[in-house]
Amino acid sequence: MKIVNQDAHLVESLFGNDVKKAATRDGYGQALLELAETDPDVVVLSADLTESTRTLEFSKRYPERFIEAGVAEQNMAGMAAGLAFEGKIPFVSSFAVFSPGRNWDQIRVSICYSKANVKIGGSHTGLTTGGDGATHQALEDIAMMRCLPNMVVLAPCDVIETKKATIAAARHKGPVYIRFARDKTPVFTTDKTPFEIGKAVVFREGSDAAIIACGTMVYPALQASEELAALGLSVMVVDSPSIKPIDIETIVASAKDTGAIVTCEEHQIYGGLGGAVAEVLAARFPVPQEFVGVNDTFGESGEPRELWDKYGLTVDHIVKAVTKAVARKGGY
Amino acid sequence: MLTVSDLDILELEAMANTIRQDIIRMLVSAGSGHAGGPLGMAEVFTALYFRVMRHNPDNPDWEERDRLVLSNGHICAVRYAAMARSGYFPVDELLTYRKIDSRLQGHPHNLSLPGLENTGGPLGQGLSQAIGRCLAARMDDKDYRVYCAMSDGEHDEGQTWEALMFAGNHKLRNLTTLLDRNNIQIDGHTEDIFPLEPLRAKYEAVKWHVIEIDGHNIRQIIEACGEAKAVYEKPTAIICHTIPGKGVDYMENEPEWHGKAPSAEMGERALEQLHAEGERIRNGIAKLRG
Ligand SMILES: Cc1ncc(C[n+]2csc(CCOP(=O)(O)OP(=O)(O)O)c2C)c(N)n1
Ligand SMILES: [Mg+2]
Repeated sequence: MKIVNQDAHLVESLFGNDVKKAATRDGYGQALLELAETDPDVVVLSADLTESTRTLEFSKRYPERFIEAGVAEQNMAGMAAGLAFEGKIPFVSSFAVFSPGRNWDQIRVSICYSKANVKIGGSHTGLTTGGDGATHQALEDIAMMRCLPNMVVLAPCDVIETKKATIAAARHKGPVYIRFARDKTPVFTTDKTPFEIGKAVVFREGSDAAIIACGTMVYPALQASEELAALGLSVMVVDSPSIKPIDIETIVASAKDTGAIVTCEEHQIYGGLGGAVAEVLAARFPVPQEFVGVNDTFGESGEPRELWDKYGLTVDHIVKAVTKAVARKGGY
Repeated sequence: MLTVSDLDILELEAMANTIRQDIIRMLVSAGSGHAGGPLGMAEVFTALYFRVMRHNPDNPDWEERDRLVLSNGHICAVRYAAMARSGYFPVDELLTYRKIDSRLQGHPHNLSLPGLENTGGPLGQGLSQAIGRCLAARMDDKDYRVYCAMSDGEHDEGQTWEALMFAGNHKLRNLTTLLDRNNIQIDGHTEDIFPLEPLRAKYEAVKWHVIEIDGHNIRQIIEACGEAKAVYEKPTAIICHTIPGKGVDYMENEPEWHGKAPSAEMGERALEQLHAEGERIRNGIAKLRG
């Protein structure tokens, strides 16, 4: 069976050694430059992390539209709300542990409750942040953003999708959180791969189980589906970059078509994509679900791959979770 | 106060030099980490661990110990090195810094290593914790002192000022901060990115006693800590004017070395410079000993 969904327009040799790598944060920076050219209202704020959030080039090209907030994320979020009320489209940029980590109350009240048209770019999410350790590895940001009314939450899977998500965020009216990461990861979507807020995309067809993944876990999910195919299991892979609003239709359809779900994310299991999917399915079409994510613990310093191994985020872990979900189909 | 002889000072300088070499080796081995702040604070941490603080490496939880809260956690390499050199753990363990399963996390975690008083990294959180410890000492009638190492960059954070005003209002005389006034943060020089001056006047306005020193002068560090003890109605801020990256020519005063590790080759160059400085100090010691 030929399985990769042609409409997803993924790269030709999906599992080849020639798959390029790039950091998703680069997509954020690239999109801001593109947006700035056409939209004079786009404004960028950074909290003393301009190079790391890939907003340095913007700050050089558009100094009049760049605001250095200093190490002061709460004030940065509040200023962004003020800018938005005057018609600007501010992009608040920092590491996710600080924004939305430190400025959650400002985001809740000044931005979400007040419907300020502010975009929040959170970098260095997940364990792949590496050596800086647990303090800097955002594993809770989806949870704390997804519970806020009026907030859109996006967790794109590669550099190209991050660029699209950032551009879509600018077009969307209202608060948006975009989650991205530091480390280089495979670039496997193309300019033609569909992206829309509120939509998931089936990257690979399958009938025995469906993996619903976001961010850096989408590529390992595809690798896992390949390994599972060798074991005789036909596994669907769904890219769900829009965690809120979540694509109810595609998720329910994947549950109906396969009868078993595995969610994968570089985030705490509690409160993340897995929770969002479970909320959808519990109310509409409950099927066995397994959760691949960080299991109620903080990370630590280490190399990204070592950390994925230790904290349960490798292809192997996904393969096991799928096998388990499939085995549960008959009921426990 | 105990008098400090010239020989004592030179021996402490030699220790600061050793700690700088440790920092370079740690960074090279980790392949990432922070260079500027740790190198700039080598004298301060040497003075604290080898002269100023009441502490016992064999009993890190000793109730009567002075507490050192590290607010700008990213400079932890200097604290780890000072701790290893004063006997908290084997010097070899320094090379596990930032690696998986290590007790020496990239940003310090209180539960990972005995002798750390707090978890740090996210800037601006340390002083509040230090204040909590001061308040507890007051309630329990304890005479330990609380030291808080901080950076200039974290004065951008609102929490720092909430804490500073609280401590001033509450006349926390058992609190001494050592502020790394190195004039850099990540995006550039502090006075370009987020000007702080007049810093001294701001501290005085919120009721702190302020001492400004050369942060590389060990005698001044020790004397300032002594003066802080003698101030009875205010917390004391010791503004330590330092050179980020001190001791390595290509790092000094360069914001780009805030959070970068040297390559093996550049690390060798750094170590050569530090060896030469160590040699100079040892000659001075030999001369004094006669
Ligand atoms: C709340 C928070 N925001 C952002 C950061 C990222 N960050 C780490 S160090 C630093 C620079 C701050 O300047 P300073 O502490 O003076 O750095 P140094 O002098 O050691 O280079 C920043 C912005 C952080 N650690 N915490
Ligand atoms: Mg500084």
